Amino acid sequence: MIAEIGHYALILALVIAVAQSLLPLYGAARGSAPLMAVGPSAAIGQFAFVALAFAMLTQAYVVSDFTLVNVVQNSHSEKPLLYKITGLWSNHEGSMLLWVMILSLFGALVAARGGNLPPSLRARVLAIQGMIGAAFLAFILFTSNPFLRVFPPPADGRGMNPVLQDPGLAFHPPILYLGYVGFSVAFAFAVAALIEGRVDAAWARWVRPWTLAAWSALTLGIALGSWWAYYELGWGGFWFWDPVENASLLPWLAGTALLHSAIVVEKRDALKSWTVLLAILAFVMSLIGTFLVRSGVLTSVHSFASDPARGLFILGILILTAGGALVLYAIRAPTLKAGGLFQPISREGALVLNNLLLATACATVFLGTLYPLFLDALNGPKVSVGAPYFNATFLPLMTPALLVMVVAPLMAWKRADLAGALGRLKLAFLAALIIAGGAWAMKGGPILALIGLAIAAWLVVGAVIDIAERIRLFRVALGDSLRRLMGLPRSAIGAAVAHGALGIVVAGITASSAWHAENIGVMKPGESVDIAGYTIKLEQVGEVDGPNYRARRAVLSATYAGKLVAVLTPEKRFFTVQQTTTTEAAIHTTGFADLYAVLGDPATPQAGSEVTDSGWVIRLYHNPLVPWIWVGAALMALGGGISLTDRRHRVGAPTRSGARIAQVAKA
Amino acid sequence: MTRLFAALALLIALSGPALAIQPDEVLADPALEARARDLSKGLRCLVCQNQSIDDSDADLARDLRIILRERLSAGDSDTQAIAYLTARYGDFVLLKPPIKPVTWALWFGPAALLLLGAGGIVIGLRRRKASDGALDALSDPERARLAAILKDRDQE
Amino acid sequence: MKLLRRYQLVFLLPVIAFAILAAAFGVGLYLRPDVIPSPLIDQETPAFALKPIPGRDDAGLSAADLKGQGVTLVNVFASWCVPCRAEHPLLMQLAKQGVRIVGINYKDKPEDVTAWLAELGNPFAKIGRDDTGRTAIDWGVYGVPESFLVDNEGRIRHKHVGPLMDHDIQTTILPMMRKLQK
Repeated sequence: MIAEIGHYALILALVIAVAQSLLPLYGAARGSAPLMAVGPSAAIGQFAFVALAFAMLTQAYVVSDFTLVNVVQNSHSEKPLLYKITGLWSNHEGSMLLWVMILSLFGALVAARGGNLPPSLRARVLAIQGMIGAAFLAFILFTSNPFLRVFPPPADGRGMNPVLQDPGLAFHPPILYLGYVGFSVAFAFAVAALIEGRVDAAWARWVRPWTLAAWSALTLGIALGSWWAYYELGWGGFWFWDPVENASLLPWLAGTALLHSAIVVEKRDALKSWTVLLAILAFVMSLIGTFLVRSGVLTSVHSFASDPARGLFILGILILTAGGALVLYAIRAPTLKAGGLFQPISREGALVLNNLLLATACATVFLGTLYPLFLDALNGPKVSVGAPYFNATFLPLMTPALLVMVVAPLMAWKRADLAGALGRLKLAFLAALIIAGGAWAMKGGPILALIGLAIAAWLVVGAVIDIAERIRLFRVALGDSLRRLMGLPRSAIGAAVAHGALGIVVAGITASSAWHAENIGVMKPGESVDIAGYTIKLEQVGEVDGPNYRARRAVLSATYAGKLVAVLTPEKRFFTVQQTTTTEAAIHTTGFADLYAVLGDPATPQAGSEVTDSGWVIRLYHNPLVPWIWVGAALMALGGGISLTDRRHRVGAPTRSGARIAQVAKA
Repeated sequence: MTRLFAALALLIALSGPALAIQPDEVLADPALEARARDLSKGLRCLVCQNQSIDDSDADLARDLRIILRERLSAGDSDTQAIAYLTARYGDFVLLKPPIKPVTWALWFGPAALLLLGAGGIVIGLRRRKASDGALDALSDPERARLAAILKDRDQE
Repeated sequence: MKLLRRYQLVFLLPVIAFAILAAAFGVGLYLRPDVIPSPLIDQETPAFALKPIPGRDDAGLSAADLKGQGVTLVNVFASWCVPCRAEHPLLMQLAKQGVRIVGINYKDKPEDVTAWLAELGNPFAKIGRDDTGRTAIDWGVYGVPESFLVDNEGRIRHKHVGPLMDHDIQTTILPMMRKLQK
């Protein structure tokens, strides 16, 4: 019965979504207020029914309802409750439902908080959201229905891939999807603006908070995914330039460019057609990512089992959404008037350069990810494009962007004094030199790593200077500075936090790539090895029982300068239902470095030897500054959140003019 | 469906229980081992896809790591050791594809895009400067109105 | 007016680029990313000499066995490989039709493969034991099963990745063998 309610709710949601995509659009064209008013209630209704379906599927997972194929294939009665729930989105059908629920949530939020939007714009935005929702609801119902029954029901389920039985699964996909899907709002605003033929500062203000929210969630989602891969996969790596990872980076890069170009539209009424294009592309990149992950056109370690029929359906959605939006763009964008003029050396100029670099970086990742597919489609040879390509192309493009982004906030609009801005960054120069010099004295190189650390210092100190300049720190009384700080626009504080945090990320990536140490060896209980100043001793190897697995656990003690600092207990878990093994790394972090231990197999005894206990393969890694990557990324997302609280962005706060417009609309 | 089956079957057929590089593979000579690690980071594991043989725990990846170390120990240069593998598996094993006519778009595309974009911006700025007066006169009242609206919103 | 039109063409670029992309995606859905072409096609087979499986009386397999013997189907297999079991009946059928098939037994235990052949039948004229997997790597094998067509001069003319299906045999293997035999 529960499944039928869920299934029926999805069908109703689809019907509502179709109404939501047609009636308000027609109403906006005809100027009919009642038809336009269908938009908000339909958006909220659509969300309510998708959420109901989601709740029903969750319930089926919680009670282990094995009459559902989806539950049978991805759950097991002996699984801990948390993983029963997260198991819902560990698979294609369930994760698609989560995707659509978040999409309809955004639609409902626009409906609820968009009271001060011009009614026709709001109607059009919600109609576009409705179209996307209808397309994906149809996709779920026709190709990926999680509510299908199986008869006769099996006694128990097949369980979930043990690698996914981790708290990371609880947070990574929902937050990542918040980011992906959040760009749909910017997309809908862009298409609505193209239909209306009007893009102005007010439009940019409406789009910006939604973009900021999506960008912050995506930043956090990518960071969580990278952290999860780092501790779960047991190789100590955090980014592999895998197609699925690239698929999440593409909308991030487009979204980052969009955040910055939207500022220019808002402040200077320029870059309008470019910003609209970026708003379209950020979401199109999300859709392309969805297509790549779920269609099997590219192989990846992360992808779902592929099915060409699903691929074809998503490709259809992609062609309708992206193709339609871009045709509209080709027709309407030339009519958008170019706005405020500026000199090349100006805040606008710096933001244009930033956009050029980000867009090229995005195109490069796109090219590298899809090049094997392009060649194959043209019947060319098969090639592989991996990490060495991306490192060789992406990093040179990002380096100038990192240098410029410190200077830009100190430059004036229209025409800026570059020498003056650089002069105020003297301390940042100095910090970069000192850090690079210090690293050179301690480690001696490599030169690229020194440059990386110098850039990191440049970013962090640059961000501090940006704020210090704005509050005239040490130039006026401290109390005055504090008052100025309180009075600063939150968006300025958020931007400085995000920029500085990126410096922390850069430091983490640089140091952990350049100076990580590893020791892969066979150890017997009682033996010890040295790594990065630590002495690691294998105390014992024993067996423990988990809720649905058996594990072999090594106990390693880590001493530094004669003092015991940590006990590491890496495990190798054997899951009986799936007959598979996973490795659980043990990580001791000091905040400045991670000590990372992995337990391998028993070492193969030497030929002819009678000894059975020949020791264990133990992998030890020392990754300097690696936690900074995720702390930095989380701070970047926080910066986005701070910007979001800027009073200019509180579009939802019922304002008098907004209420007036609403009243006029109703009348 | 057959395609899915074949892909799965292949994956199952060669994935062994080992976990990336094993202690018994490591060469005694640290310089040689470092070269081997570097090279194997640029070689694709064929069965697991998108992983280098250095990261992969597949059985074949292990065999290829061992072969690579044997070639280096036998005195092969880096190029010779790589050529040994490309002779068997083609350019597909190289995670950094060689620069050939078919990969020109890949390698020179980013620089070309950057230059095109920069050129477009310069031309755009010049053109707008040329038509400066006309544009500015047109948009001024609009901008004033806009500023007024925004100011109104800000005050609330 | 003309100038304006030319300027507007720039705004068509995104949709044109997307159309190309969508076409590539459409074609891509029907491609097989897991099949990697071999650089050894039309090359002579690698030099190799494999010992027979201990406890069996076949003579082993070497490069010389693939020259001057007409067209030969070389099959890389293992008793532990599930898809190999799936394609085995087809190999039996081919052998009955007179196709010369030889086997490279990849990383297998002698007793396992002996029992396997006893159970499912032996389609192979000759079998070589590749216990280290090195010969398979020389042939560019990256998964089992894989099959090769070798012509009378000892050159590799075709490679098939994964289990042979009836469809592959009817549309590719047999027609190609007929062509090569001429």
